[in-house]
Amino acid sequence: MPTRFEVNGKAVEVNVEPRMTLADCLREVLRLTGTHLGCEHGVCGACTVLVDGEAVRACLMLAVQAEGRQVTTVEGLSNDDDLTPLQKSFRKHHALQCGFCTPGMITTAHALLSEEPDCDADRVRDVLSGNICRCTGYIPIVEAVLDARAAYRKPAGDRG
Amino acid sequence: MKNTFIGAPVERREDLRFLRGRGQYVGDLAPQGLLHAVILRSAVAHGRVRSVDASEALAMPGVRAVITAQDMPGGPPIIPMRLQPLPDFKPFEQPVIAADKVRYVGEPIAVVLADSAAIGEDALEAIAVDIEPLPPVTDRATATRGDRRLFEKGNTALVFNAVRGDAAAAFKDAPYRRREHFKTQRHYGLTMEPRGVLAEWDAGAGILRVFGAAKVPFFNRRILAAQIGLPEAAIDMVENDVGGGFGARGEFYPEDFLIPFAARHAGRPVRWIEDRRENLMAMNHAREAEADVEIACTRDGVILGLRGNTYADMGAYMRTNGAVGARNVAQFMSGPYRIENVDIDVTLFMTNKTPVGTYRGPGRFETDFFRERLFDMVAKDLGIDRIEFRRRNLVADAEMPYRLATITPFESKDELDSGDYQSTLDRCLTEIGWNEKQKLQGQLIDGRYHGLALGCFIEGGAAGPKETVKVALNDDATFTVLMGSSAVGQGVETVFAQIAADALEVPLERIREVLHGSTAYVSDGYGAYHSRSVVMGGSALLDAVEKFRAAVRAEAAKRFGCAEDAVRVGDDKVTGPDGRTLALKEFAGTAAEGFFLNKKHTWTYGAHAAHVTVDPKTGRVEILDYAAVEDVGRIINPNTLKGQVIGSLVQGLGGAFLEHLVYDDQGQLLTGSLMDYLLPTASDFPNLRSVTTELKPSPINPLGAKGAGEGGIIAAGGVVANAVANALGDFGVEPRELPLSPPRVWEMINAARSAAVE
Repeated sequence: MPTRFEVNGKAVEVNVEPRMTLADCLREVLRLTGTHLGCEHGVCGACTVLVDGEAVRACLMLAVQAEGRQVTTVEGLSNDDDLTPLQKSFRKHHALQCGFCTPGMITTAHALLSEEPDCDADRVRDVLSGNICRCTGYIPIVEAVLDARAAYRKPAGDRG
Repeated sequence: MKNTFIGAPVERREDLRFLRGRGQYVGDLAPQGLLHAVILRSAVAHGRVRSVDASEALAMPGVRAVITAQDMPGGPPIIPMRLQPLPDFKPFEQPVIAADKVRYVGEPIAVVLADSAAIGEDALEAIAVDIEPLPPVTDRATATRGDRRLFEKGNTALVFNAVRGDAAAAFKDAPYRRREHFKTQRHYGLTMEPRGVLAEWDAGAGILRVFGAAKVPFFNRRILAAQIGLPEAAIDMVENDVGGGFGARGEFYPEDFLIPFAARHAGRPVRWIEDRRENLMAMNHAREAEADVEIACTRDGVILGLRGNTYADMGAYMRTNGAVGARNVAQFMSGPYRIENVDIDVTLFMTNKTPVGTYRGPGRFETDFFRERLFDMVAKDLGIDRIEFRRRNLVADAEMPYRLATITPFESKDELDSGDYQSTLDRCLTEIGWNEKQKLQGQLIDGRYHGLALGCFIEGGAAGPKETVKVALNDDATFTVLMGSSAVGQGVETVFAQIAADALEVPLERIREVLHGSTAYVSDGYGAYHSRSVVMGGSALLDAVEKFRAAVRAEAAKRFGCAEDAVRVGDDKVTGPDGRTLALKEFAGTAAEGFFLNKKHTWTYGAHAAHVTVDPKTGRVEILDYAAVEDVGRIINPNTLKGQVIGSLVQGLGGAFLEHLVYDDQGQLLTGSLMDYLLPTASDFPNLRSVTTELKPSPINPLGAKGAGEGGIIAAGGVVANAVANALGDFGVEPRELPLSPPRVWEMINAARSAAVE
């Protein structure tokens, strides 16, 4: 099925089988391999991407369902020049080891902080509990996300 | 320029690619003409294969080939053991694909090669497999009864014995003895990245390239070369980014033969990426052990002896490192304690379940649960404070090196290298606030019982015999470090850059790259296991830098026309005896390999303490505070070290409370998804602290470093089980089995209450 959507700000058109997941489409068709597959049944969160700004498991969504949507992957939350404040905070707090769950952590944390830049530690843990990390024990990830909150707060004049 | 990068919290260079989605794992590779492999696995735990008919599958569009044992003349190759390769194990080793018999659910039967993984998965359903079921063996009682045999030789692979002193004599007149039975459950080193292999056969050059190598690429190349009939030099094992190791990833599995074989068979690149269900049933399992163990003490709490029989469930085959965990259950029952008389055997028995291998802290997580639980029971019996009981029996620094029980038949001798075990215990008591918290023990506060516990541990590291590292000077005056060990997420690129920059006396940025894990980089390599990369590889790196300097001096001596020892290398300059200097970069292209040879182990040590609450209504245990204190000899990077401790501790708590691979009596795995196999999440264990010290550098390597990858996991089970027992002391609850899931804790409380009523 021909499907049109936007990935990281660019319009794409793919021709995919209706059964192909969005994750497989991103990885195998569009070759955006930053989105990782850790379970393919919606538990581990490694494949989390943003669809119209909301965190979504790309293994539980079909590529054809992305028609007309804006999809953002970890590549879209990165730039060549420097790490973003969220990425810097992950690095500073040693919030990653093998890096496999990291793209899902970054997308999930970005979605959370974009909506709730003042969230507390319990809220961060609650939201991240949908993403499994096997290396870090989570504590540094939670610290990294809390430390990155400031970068997502609007300047005082912009509030409201 | 004297640096002090060693010891500094340097941010990781690996992070720059991982954080931006630019890591490159094997599943990210897709060369032109790629075929996808999908593996048909046995749905039957035990049976005779009558026939495999793939004709219908082969007729499906997009299916290119189906490989079975029939395609391997002379029968499928057998996977040899890497560690403890005793002749007794030979009959129990695994063929790469089932030929006449299947022995566990998940055993490979056929490999489908297709244009996409989805087409391959469709084709699996079209393969007709006829298996005559045999009665399965799923537990020790059935395995030892003798009427159901997995192998002609029976169901017992071997019995190891760990002996020190004379246990029989020690027990004979002992004033106090206690015998207990404990169990740890089957769980495993689940990695977030499932396994994967991509193989390309370059027929023109006669080169087989295998991507997705991990942990022990040089050893695996030797196995593959022998199995597939190529010289080692014709095989390149290429390590890509690896999404977690934990002992399980990177051992030689059936797929490590099947995929390269398929690539040669098809004449096209073939990629296989494991799915999570496969991973749960095909990656090495671990930890399923039982202990009947007896202790003898004086009335004032001096341990006289430890003896017993222990049992390790090996699953269906002896895999590459399958004997390690079992052997360790016998050898490390004594832990950091002075136990002069030990006699413990371990029976390695076979069942129709997934074969086992090592999982971080193999055998040590199990024995720490057995031993530390037993110690708390003994202290209570003798009326001695449980901390004081441990104090009286810890090995003292003055007794180092301290010999551990000797293992036969492998004749494995080992000794503790150095340590101040009392000081980490003291530090742990201070960290947890033991004195202030003591009054909470057993108290019911806001509906929850409070408990406190402490345990001591040792962590082996630095497995020999050798590691190799090469240092090369590039044209732009930067250096490349190439190492024989592997990265599994632990940050070796950063840590080795730190060691190299200090040794070469150059800024960190001048270490351009640290290459690792691929067979093309150095002449020989061993790999990432037994917490050895820093100790072995780091020491080899120091040797490589020495040899690099010697090579520069030799070359400079020729140019200066002087003796080599008259040349000085330092501050980016090479200086001759008459004061003439050349810039170091004039020597670009110089490279040297260094080695570190070692037969001894390092012994990291420490103590963990936990403060928990138990909700008697639900059986839920919450950790309010947990302090992990560990002396690692020499800290290279405090960030990555803390990451190792906390990360492995949470894995240990997963094993203590959550993770369990459950089989039914037909050998069917009931926990085949992450909905069923429970892993720790971000909200489970937020209150953990790590303290690391450098009290006793290792005397056996120039860095003074000790292994540090496994300490967090080892003590966890014993400590939290003792904390639960302490919380529920009024009920007389004594956990003897893991995991301490809410239903199990609730049942123990209820059983204790019922017993009290009767």
